[in-house]
Amino acid sequence: MLKLLDITIAKNGKNILDQLSLTVFPREIHSILGQNGTGKSTLAYAIMGLPDYRIHSGQMLWQGENITTLSVTDRAKLGITLAWQEPVRFEGLRVKDYLEIGSRGNGRNLTPAQSLESVGLNPDRYLHREVDATLSGGERKRIELAAVLMMQPRLAVLDEPDSGIDALSIDYIKGVIRTLVAKGSSVLLITHHEEVAAMADRASSLCAGKILKTGSPEEVTRFFRNHCQECPHVNQPAEEVIQNA
Amino acid sequence: MPDFANEFELLAEAYAASGGDVQDLKNDSYGLMLVSGHQLLAKNEIPGLVIAGEQIADGVKAKITVKKNHRLKNPVHLCFGVITAEGVQRIVADFVIEENATAQFLAHCSFPNAIKVQHIMEGAVTVANNATMEYSETHYHGTEGGVEVLPKMKVQVAPNGRYISTFKLIKGAAGKIVLDYEAYLQDRAVTEMYAKVYGKRADDISIKESIYLNGVESRGLAKSRIVLAEQAHAEVLGEVIGNGAHSRGHIDCMEIVQGKQAVASALPRLRVVDDTAKLTHEAAIGSVDKKQVETLMARGLTEQEAVDVIVMGLLK
Repeated sequence: MLKLLDITIAKNGKNILDQLSLTVFPREIHSILGQNGTGKSTLAYAIMGLPDYRIHSGQMLWQGENITTLSVTDRAKLGITLAWQEPVRFEGLRVKDYLEIGSRGNGRNLTPAQSLESVGLNPDRYLHREVDATLSGGERKRIELAAVLMMQPRLAVLDEPDSGIDALSIDYIKGVIRTLVAKGSSVLLITHHEEVAAMADRASSLCAGKILKTGSPEEVTRFFRNHCQECPHVNQPAEEVIQNA
Repeated sequence: MPDFANEFELLAEAYAASGGDVQDLKNDSYGLMLVSGHQLLAKNEIPGLVIAGEQIADGVKAKITVKKNHRLKNPVHLCFGVITAEGVQRIVADFVIEENATAQFLAHCSFPNAIKVQHIMEGAVTVANNATMEYSETHYHGTEGGVEVLPKMKVQVAPNGRYISTFKLIKGAAGKIVLDYEAYLQDRAVTEMYAKVYGKRADDISIKESIYLNGVESRGLAKSRIVLAEQAHAEVLGEVIGNGAHSRGHIDCMEIVQGKQAVASALPRLRVVDDTAKLTHEAAIGSVDKKQVETLMARGLTEQEAVDVIVMGLLK
């Protein structure tokens, strides 16, 4: 479905993504593991096509079509969306209206209330609130997931949907991911939680803007734990680690 | 002899254009004052509400009183309009909200055909002990921007009183606006002043909101949201003076500038006189937040649609 071929993105003369290649299959949950600063969010922004993360070299293919230079809006219209790690606030925009933005014209029948219930928020309390600074960080992130659910995308890129969320709410996030896949979406899941990563079909480990290893979540989690979690030289992977990955 | 019926219909149309519901003007259970040009066209008093009005040389002078202990259930509608392309309308209004009374006023100021219209509001407000007044003023100036609006309001809020005002112009062109509101607060009195304006074309907007926190534990907020496009200019002065012990004041100004020719400025002024007063301010001027736009584009909106959603939210 989505194929990244030797993608490179540079900032201030440094490659943030460095000839990265990755494939996400239809209805696949693909988790990305990596230390802070290894390029995970840049990967998410590049897939969404954000202007500050333009691809310098390489190609991005969507169902075989080259979408490397497509705008954010055009990618969204293809069915690609992104849930930011720290979603932005909107003064004066009601939760109900925000949720409905993504579902315009998609003809699908999930209501804003249903999407809020899916993320564990009571619609009576939240539908008419504003998506502004009065929401806690956790509430805002759940509303972002509800918005992704309303959109029913073909590919949802979720950038650490579980960070800043209390442990009891992790089940709601896992539930949303399962619902997305059940309705036909693929999910690219950036996470630090091994428990969440374990629900993926495949996982990849990222370091220095490259995929070090792709495999089953168990394999990649073990690899990450052994080589990356306590790594004293982040973004400088040892040669033997690269060769043995 | 003026044709009152025709004038009423024209004003009702203008009222609808400014976002009002015409049925409200015909509902006997709502308090009402309707001024067209220099004429007090209609008024409707309800229990607890007294409206005394008279025509003056260039407008209407009115005293609006909400009697002691009356809590008006429905909003009082005030409709000010000039239907002609040119003219002057001066409104001298004296609002008195007596002890323990509560009232909400919805003022609609409509100048739909204006080429050269001047609307002057000289308002005085007295909010007595434990009383509350909410005053929301929505303007519609047509599309030509040929209006000069000079609203001036001086507000006295007695102990434990509350005064909340909103000035809003988001449809059509603004023309020239020189808003000057001042509020003087006694012990534990509260005021919130909101201004929301969408300036376009060559609109020239000046907003000055001053809050004098004279009483102990008095509280004040001046919040403005201004969006400017094309060649519009805006200057916002928010001023809070902390004279009262333990008084608290905050100024919150956000101006969004679209395009290269619109110009915005903000000047917050805080003056602490009593050393236990605490005053704060925040001001942001710039273009629409990029991350907000990208978030909405990631849901399928075009860039322009995203900007419209963000701007309309701010001005809501």
